[in-house]
Amino acid sequence: MYVAVKGGEKAIDNAHALLAEDRRGDETIPELTLTQIDQQLGLAVDRVMTEGSVYDRELAALALKQAQGDAVEAIFLLRAYRTTLPRFGASQPVDTGAMAIRRRISAAFKDLPGGQVLGPTYDYTHRLLDFALAAEGAPRASVESAEAGLEPAPRVTDVLHHQGLIEPSGNGADLPGDLTRQPLNFPAGRDLRLQNLARGDEGFLLALAYSSQRGYGNTHPFAGEIRMGEVAVELVPEELGFAIDIGTITVTECQMINQFKGSKDIPPQFTRGYGLTFGQGERKAMAMALVDRSLRAEDLGEQATNPAQDQEFVLYHSDNVEASGFVQHLKLPHYVDFQSELEMIRRLRRENAEAAQ
Amino acid sequence: MQQQTKDTDARRQWMGVLAKSDESHVVQLWAGLSDLPAWEYLRRPEVGLVMVRGRMGGDGGPFNLGEMTVTRCSVRLQNGVVGHAWVAGRSARHAEMAAIADALMQDGDWRARVGEKLLAPLQSKLADDRGRAERKAAATRVDFFTMVRGED
Repeated sequence: MYVAVKGGEKAIDNAHALLAEDRRGDETIPELTLTQIDQQLGLAVDRVMTEGSVYDRELAALALKQAQGDAVEAIFLLRAYRTTLPRFGASQPVDTGAMAIRRRISAAFKDLPGGQVLGPTYDYTHRLLDFALAAEGAPRASVESAEAGLEPAPRVTDVLHHQGLIEPSGNGADLPGDLTRQPLNFPAGRDLRLQNLARGDEGFLLALAYSSQRGYGNTHPFAGEIRMGEVAVELVPEELGFAIDIGTITVTECQMINQFKGSKDIPPQFTRGYGLTFGQGERKAMAMALVDRSLRAEDLGEQATNPAQDQEFVLYHSDNVEASGFVQHLKLPHYVDFQSELEMIRRLRRENAEAAQ
Repeated sequence: MQQQTKDTDARRQWMGVLAKSDESHVVQLWAGLSDLPAWEYLRRPEVGLVMVRGRMGGDGGPFNLGEMTVTRCSVRLQNGVVGHAWVAGRSARHAEMAAIADALMQDGDWRARVGEKLLAPLQSKLADDRGRAERKAAATRVDFFTMVRGED
């Protein structure tokens, strides 16, 4: 238990002034603008939007600037800001099948309608520091295909589904649960699990996904498809009664395809794990898809004995705002608690010493 | 009934173009529209959130992915025509222009002019940007399979 303390206002005020100075750094160096952060640290912005759970590039850039680039602190700032805004409603579910694709790959099929489109990827880079970037200069120009654009690219899972080799996604409820409105109860439906994972900490999900691959809940996954690009967000305003596009957002989607031997009710078939993030979040989307599949263990009649398959363990510990808050609350004054523990230790030692005499 | 569907489709289309265009481009073209009629707010620009939904597995039941910022605004022209706007982001100016443009596009006297001076260039810019992005993506398309096939 921590207790309220009084005083220290002056020191706190000075500490915040010192923080502001530290944040700005050497004032002879030009200050970063939000547009620079948005344009040049775009993947950091994407992560803050996804885990901060608000798609707004400028706000995420501001949060990153204020947090000196600390992603988890920036995510906290964005989450706090969102509570100040009213909720106008919910969109129609975005149609990732109609995405304007900028990247689309499959590790399961080499030859698929629409083709494999690498897009702006770090794959196949050598991960050697590029000192050319240390000197300012224009980047290499990208290339435009001389031919027309891309062919339609149906989802890989649709192709398998037509052949009856993969489970259907299932319809679920018309109105999905919303864990920003209702507390999480167990067992949680897949809608709530996916919402939780979408907001969840990338590092935590990555480690869980990795554990499931290494044998703590073996899921035999294939990256059926990863696609990144723009989707329109549609909404039906009350005053209109029909759907309109309110904007375009970038999303990354991952469809994991997993082996499934079947059960007494279900024939052998492929099963699915699903990941979806705001912006370009490929690592996060893949980890999310693996953990989504792991969390479906019980639904599919598999033994759920590993951490990645344990709903309470995963869903209660995925949120980095909550986790950071609880870990960091240890910094608050625990003087009374500690005094009583100190008393107890002294008493026990005294009693031990007396018994030994 | 059919006419109504056609009108709705046309309105959906221009509202989408106004929302998806860059604010700076709308502002720039707005300067070319002169002598706009007087209008008043029915609903002042208001910033809020919309919960963006996805589908489990891409094609299954819906789930809540995360929110996005949006600004909505409604206006009424002098002649009573009402325009609405819902625009991603937090720009009051963008939402206001989109709402006025929505009203003008429903007004027979204004439709042709606003369509030509505002909507057409916005739409063609969106199409150009999209085309360029698509051609750049297409240049990264991998042909793993131009060799002999037949194993299947």
